[in-house]
Amino acid sequence: MSEYLIGVIEKGVWETLQMTFFSSLFSYLIGLPLGVILYATSKGRLLENRPVGFVLGTVVNIMRSLPFLILLVLIIPFTRLVVGTSIGTTASIVPLTVGAIPIVARMVEASLCEVGPGIIEAAQSMGASPLYIIIHFIIPEATPSMLHGAAINIATILGYSAMAGVIGGGGLGAIALQYGYYRYQANVLWTTVILLVIMVMVIQELGMLLAKKKRKN
Amino acid sequence: MTKVFELENVYKTYRNEGVDFPALKDVSLSIEEGEIFGIIGMSGAGKSTLVRTLNRLEEVSEGTVKYYGQDLKALKAGKLREVRHSISMIFQGFNLLGQRTVLENVEQPLRITRVPRKERRAKAREMLKVVGLEDKEDSYPARLSGGQKQRVAIARALAGDPKVLLCDEATSALDPKITGEILDLLKKINDDRKITIVIITHEMSVIEKICDRVAIIDEGRLAEIGEVKEVFRNPKSEAARKLVFPANPFDVSEPDGKVVRIVFDGTSANVPFIANLVEKTGRKVNILSANTKSVGGIGYGQMVVELPREKEEQDIIIDFFRSGGLTVTEV
Repeated sequence: MSEYLIGVIEKGVWETLQMTFFSSLFSYLIGLPLGVILYATSKGRLLENRPVGFVLGTVVNIMRSLPFLILLVLIIPFTRLVVGTSIGTTASIVPLTVGAIPIVARMVEASLCEVGPGIIEAAQSMGASPLYIIIHFIIPEATPSMLHGAAINIATILGYSAMAGVIGGGGLGAIALQYGYYRYQANVLWTTVILLVIMVMVIQELGMLLAKKKRKN
Repeated sequence: MTKVFELENVYKTYRNEGVDFPALKDVSLSIEEGEIFGIIGMSGAGKSTLVRTLNRLEEVSEGTVKYYGQDLKALKAGKLREVRHSISMIFQGFNLLGQRTVLENVEQPLRITRVPRKERRAKAREMLKVVGLEDKEDSYPARLSGGQKQRVAIARALAGDPKVLLCDEATSALDPKITGEILDLLKKINDDRKITIVIITHEMSVIEKICDRVAIIDEGRLAEIGEVKEVFRNPKSEAARKLVFPANPFDVSEPDGKVVRIVFDGTSANVPFIANLVEKTGRKVNILSANTKSVGGIGYGQMVVELPREKEEQDIIIDFFRSGGLTVTEV
C-alpha cells in the first residue's frame, strides 16, 4: 500500500472517531432525557402522562423505523441548515445524531424499566417526590445497565458512520466506498473493514468493562 | 392511650380488566401508640394491601384511615410526603439500593428531608450501630447476608426518627434463627425508642414472639382482633383456629370421637393434669399432639386430645380440665 493511501486511511480513522464521538455525545444529550421522559410518562410509572408519552413514543418509533440510509438523504436540508453544508465529517454528525437519538432513548428507557418496583415503593414510603425518586433512586440503580447500553449504542453509531460515506461523509466508510468499491482496491477495502471491526470491539470491551466495574450487585 | 391509626369501614377493590376483586372488606380497627401490632393472614388475604393503606401507598376505595386523628385521604401530595417521613417501612425483599453503600442507603431518608451531609452521616453511623453493622458501612448490599440486609433496612427506616415502623413480611425471606434475631431487634427498638410497630406476617410464631395485639385477616375481612395471649388461648374465629392450632394432628381413631385442644400457661405447667384426670375421674384421653411455646414472653403448652365417644364421659373430662384452669376448645 502506498504512503499516500496509508495517510488517507489514517485520516479516515481520525474522522470516524470524531464522528462517533460527537454523534454519541449529542445523541446522549438529547436521547438520555428523552428516555427518562419516555419511561416516567408511560403507563403505571411515576409521572404517568398518556398524551406526552404517546406523542413522544410515536415520534421515536417513526424515527427508529426509518432505515438509516433513507434518513441520511431525508435530512439533508436540515443538515445544511445546521452546519451550512451536507458534505464532510462535520455534516455527517447531524444525521448520525438524529438517527441515534431514538435508539439511545429506547435503550435508556429499557434500562430504567429494569429497576424493580420494590425500590420505588421503598422510596415512596420514605416520602420522596416522583422527581426525587427518578433522579436519586431509579437513575443510579440503572446506571450500570445504561453504561452497558451505551457501549452497544456507540458501536452502532460507529457502524452507521461508515454509511455516511455514501452521501459524502468522511471517515473509513467513505474510503472503503471510494477505493474499495469504485476502484476495486481490495486491500484498502479489507484494511478499513478490519480497522472498523477493531474499533467496534475496543469500544464494546471498554464499555462492558466500565459497566462491570460500576455494577455493585 | 393515643390511637396512631384508626381504620373505619375500609374497603379496597382492585379492578382488573373490568372484573372487581375485593382485597379488603369492611375493615375497622385501631392501633395504639407504642404497641407492637400484628396483622396475620394467609397469602392473598389482603394483609399487604392493609398495611399499605396506613401510609397511603394504597388508596382505599371506601372508608377512612386516620393517622393521629388526621384523615390520610384528605392530604395533598406534599403533606402526605411529610407524613410519610414519620412512617417508615421495611420489606420482605429489603429494597436497598444495590449501587449505593450501606451508609449511603441508611442516609437516604435524611437526604430526602435535606439534612446536611455531615449531620446525616453521623446519624446514619449511629443507626448502623443500633443494628450492629457499624463495620459494614462501606460495603455494598450485594455483599451482605439476608439478615444483614434487613438490618440495614431497619437502620434506614430508623434514620429519620419515625413514629411508626411498618414491617411487610420483613422476616419471611429469612431462616428461623435470623428471624428470631431480627424480631429481638424490633422488640428492642420498640422498647428503647417507643416506636409503634406494625408487623405483617403469615407466620403465627412471629406474632407469638413479639406482638402485643393481633388482627387476623381472612379473605379481606377482619376475622378476629385481640391480645395475642387471648387469641392464642381462646381463638374464636375459624381463621384464628387454623393459625393457632398445631398442624396435622393424627387422625382420630374413632370417626365420631370428639377432639379438643387444651391450653395451659406457665402457672399450671407443673401440674400433671393428664395423670390427675385418670386418677380422679378414671377417664382416659388419647393425646394426638402436644407442644409448648412462648407467647408474649409467657410459656404456654397446648395439647390436642381425643375424648371417649360417650357424651357424659366427654363432659366429665372437659369439666375436670376447666376446673383446673385450663382452656378447652373443640377442634
